[in-house]
Parts: sequence; structure tokens; C-alpha cells
Amino acid sequence: MTLDASYLEYPKRRHGMDHDRYEWSALPQRPAINWPEGKAVAIPIVVSLEWFPILPEDKPFRAPGHMVTPYPDYRHYTSREYGTRVGLFRLLDTFAKHGVKASIAMNSAIATRYPEIVESVTNAGHEIVAHATDMNATIAGGVSPERQAEIVTTSLDEIEAASGTRPKGWLSIARSQAFETPDVLAEAGIAYMLDWVNDELPYRFATKSGSIINLPLNHELSDRQIITVTQQSIDSYATQIEDACDWLEGEAETHGGRMLPLHLTPYITGLPYRIDALDALIGRLAARDTTLFATTGSLVASADEQLPR
Amino acid sequence: MRENAPDPGLYDFRRWPDRAPIRWPGDKKVAVWVSPNLEFYEIDPPANPHRKSWAKPHPDVVGYGHRDYANRVGHWRMADVMTKHGFPGSVSLSVALCQHVPEVVADANERGWEFFSHGIYNTRYSYGMDEAQERAIIEDSIKTVRDATGQTIKGWLAPALTHTPRTMDLIAEYGLSYTCDLYHDDQPGEVHVKSGRLLSMPYSLEVNDHYGFFVYNMSPREYADALIRQFERLAAEGEDGGTVMCIPLHSYLIGQPHRIGAFEEVLRHIAADDRAWITRSGDIADHYLANVAAPAKATAEEGAV
Repeated sequence: MTLDASYLEYPKRRHGMDHDRYEWSALPQRPAINWPEGKAVAIPIVVSLEWFPILPEDKPFRAPGHMVTPYPDYRHYTSREYGTRVGLFRLLDTFAKHGVKASIAMNSAIATRYPEIVESVTNAGHEIVAHATDMNATIAGGVSPERQAEIVTTSLDEIEAASGTRPKGWLSIARSQAFETPDVLAEAGIAYMLDWVNDELPYRFATKSGSIINLPLNHELSDRQIITVTQQSIDSYATQIEDACDWLEGEAETHGGRMLPLHLTPYITGLPYRIDALDALIGRLAARDTTLFATTGSLVASADEQLPR
Repeated sequence: MRENAPDPGLYDFRRWPDRAPIRWPGDKKVAVWVSPNLEFYEIDPPANPHRKSWAKPHPDVVGYGHRDYANRVGHWRMADVMTKHGFPGSVSLSVALCQHVPEVVADANERGWEFFSHGIYNTRYSYGMDEAQERAIIEDSIKTVRDATGQTIKGWLAPALTHTPRTMDLIAEYGLSYTCDLYHDDQPGEVHVKSGRLLSMPYSLEVNDHYGFFVYNMSPREYADALIRQFERLAAEGEDGGTVMCIPLHSYLIGQPHRIGAFEEVLRHIAADDRAWITRSGDIADHYLANVAAPAKATAEEGAV
């Protein structure tokens, strides 16, 4: 099949990006970001806390971690619930042991179904980030802006009803957005999102309702990517995180604050044979003078004071 | 190539033990070249009927963002490590990066890196192009790189590895001297083309960082170990006639903070080994062309089968 002449036309071939959401910017050439307490490496922990209906939805796509076998997929439905019933509490115990505050990116169905979880999370001082309604509420190009807004506002409403606080942060399922999603998020009052992985520090992201902040939640460093997708061990995961921390500490000496996000999943890292290695990892990271464990919300607030308007 | 023939007739068969030895400058044993892919991926590219671009409906936020990370973060980290250990880059360039992010192209040029073309964008594929269209992207590549860097490209790595049966003949006709698209050898060799002289330059899929991390699912340290093993074997075999080792990179992968430290150890290892000719692909091609006679034309045209 031959190609239409338009295939060799490049209407957006120009200086800068091929969209208007943000400007190109090189990390090492920016003004330094200074984290609280002068720490070199800020470590936000984000836990994805998800509810998978046993009836999966494939439009616009089936979420990662969703049902696999023909109905009824007890295997995956219950394995995911294991993370919520057991694994999460191992993570929360670990965080408490080391005195670190995390951001729990929660499907609002979790808040509605399990108010005890909201209580455990908020009593421990963790932040709740909105993470859609349930794992059928995926967003991608082609989903109507009205449907996107419904997912976002329902998620925020339900989490607020259960927790008393309206989340300021958002994580899309699989970090997947449609072109309009940043506008929808800003319109709904979201201050920051965790979806775009194109950087290592928070930056301003343009929407129709003014700018919001994107805090890049590195997908390459997630437990899902390292352990589930590339089939590495929890020990390899820990080595990779510490190697990253070593490198970022070095850069911080000359370029200002760096960020090392840990993206954790209760049904992956909250297993008995993995949790001790995570516990030891967090202990070693927390023992470094250079690190600051902080919620995504608090890091966004710090960045918001420093980033040019 | 011979279009629609079972054997495309790209090159002559040569047994590994039968080669006339290649001698690299300074009697080095293995020519080592590092090939950063400096790319630009479009957020909403037009569809090519032969190949889908993004896995997801546009915008593929993670796919696009991951590639965009290269120009914001990864390139700078990777380039600094390469420069620190004395490795120039031989850049596989999406030439539209010269328009979108000329700052990255200028940085690479100032570091003494060579550029060859990797198409206009890594989201525009050659599949389905007619001859005029394929000539247009070659001419665009030559002019764009010349305007941006002053360099005349010598090589080609097809955009996203998409070829047509005409590609080799056309790039040779335009005076390019090497292709990075053929993976049949650890030494340069002649490619059969209608006019001019074209070499196959050993690039690599097997030790490409993309294969290491996403095909073989290696950890950063495992990938570094694979590169060192690759180097050690090729350096040893180079005693009998020079070999080539390419390290193809994507800074959105190798420039990640959990990978760059292990990679730096690879560069430190190779730089400390006197057997390595640390060089650029164009310099390897120039040396080969100047020191190895072209085969007889009859062979070059039809190819021995």
C-alpha cells in the first residue's frame, strides 16, 4: 500500500514540542530545586490501592493487573484483594516503623467499600491521592471528556465523603490519559497529577484552566515494572533503587534537589517473601543523611513555591 | 537487493575463519563505537498502513513521555558519562530533532559526535514509500543535518528499522558509505548496491539497551555485565583481525538513574583496555574503505549465492 503525500508533511516540525502542554527544558540547566531541610534526594512513596471488579471492562483498555482467565477469575480477583486485606497493612507497618509518610493512590471504590482502610491511612498521616473510581474506569484517547469528568469527579466525591478531605493529587490508571484529561483534572480542582513520566522533577503543565503541576512518577522504577514486568527479584529491585539513590545524591551536589519516587503495589511488594527486603531497603534509605521521605503533595507544595510561574 | 527472491542477495557469504585480517589504527583489536539514538517521537503521528506507531490510542502518555524524558533528562546524563570516559557518540538521529530540540543536537555536535540519519521522526516509517518519497527523506536528512551541524551524514539506520527494497541502493547513490541495518557479522563488509560502495556497519540488536532491558529483561547490572562479556570476547578475537563492537543506546533507558552508574563502569572498563579503538562509525567506515579494496564489480552487482 503506498503512502499518501501527507505522510511526508510535518506541520508541527518546529522549535519546541509538538503540543502546547509544556515547554522543552533540560533538567541539568534549570534553577536548582531546594527540598525542605536541604535534603538532596526527596523520596515520595506512592502506593496504588486498587479494586478490580471481577467483571473486567475492555473499553478503552483492560487495566494492568486486571482479570485474566475466563469468568469467574477467582485467581486474580482474590490475589488483588489479598493486597488490600493483607499486603497494604504490611506496607503501612513498614512505613510506621521507619516514620515515613506515603501517598496512597486509591480507587474511590476502596474508600466506599472499605472505610476502615481510609481510617488506617488517614490516622497514620498518609496522603490520599485520587486514582479513578475502580479498575474499570480507564481513560485513553477517544473517551469523551464528559466520561472523563464523570470518573474524576466521582472519584473525588467518593474519597471526600469517606475521608473528609478532597484529594489534590491524581493518578490515572496506567498513567493513561486522553488529550483533554489535563483540562478535565484542572477543571475539577486537581492541583497535581502523577501521570507524565517525561522528567525527574515536578514541573508546570498547561491546561485550559491554568497550569497544574506534574510530578513524574517514574514507571521504570515501579515494583510492577521491575518485579512483575521484567521479572526481577525484590533484591534486584532494592539494588536498583539504591543505585539510583547513589547517582541522584551525586547529581544533587552540583544541581540541586533530586527525586526518587517509589511506586509500590500491595499485591506485589506486600507479599511475605518480599516485604522484609522492602523494609530493609526503606531502613537503609531513611538512614542516609541525604534523603527526605515525603508525600507527593508536600513535594508539589515545595516545588510550587520554587518553580517559575 | 533482489526483490521478492528467497535470498535478498544483500552480501556475499564469508566464513568467519576465512577473513583477510582487518587492521585497525594503532593495531587495536576491537573498534568500539557507542551509538546514542537521539530521537523525536510525535505525540499524534499520522497512521502508516503497514505499522502502528503507539500501542495506545493517542496520546500514549507513558510511551511518549518516556521518549521525551530522553531529551529533558537522559541525554545529558548519558552524554556526560560518555565524555568523562572519552567515548564520542555516533548518533542515530531523528533529524527533526534539529528543529524540535536543537539544544540536544548542538550539545552532541560540540562533544565531537558524528551524526547519521535515523529518518525524520521515529514515528514515520518507510514502509509503503515510493521511490520519490524515499528520496525525499534521504535528501531531507542530508540537508537537515548539514544545516544544523555542518556535518555530511555518512550512514543510515532506517527510521524505527523500517526499510524498502530500494533503501540500500538509494543511500549508496546519495553517497552514504554505511548502513547500520544489517546484523550478519562482527566486521564491516560490502553490501551489494547498484552504484557506489556501501558497507554494513556492525550495529547491534543483541546488546542494544532496548533488547537488554525490554527483550531480555536484564537488570542494569546484568546488562553491564553482558556488555563487558561482549567486549572481552570481541577484543580477544580481534587478535586475528579487527572486530567491531557497537553499544546502541537510548538515553530514556540507559540515562535512568538506576542504570547509568552500572553503565559508567562498562565505559571505565573498556577505556582502561589498550585493545580498544574507541571511535565513531564513520571513522570505522573511512578506515575500512581506505584499506580494504572493493571487490570486483560483477560480484557487487549480482552477488554470489
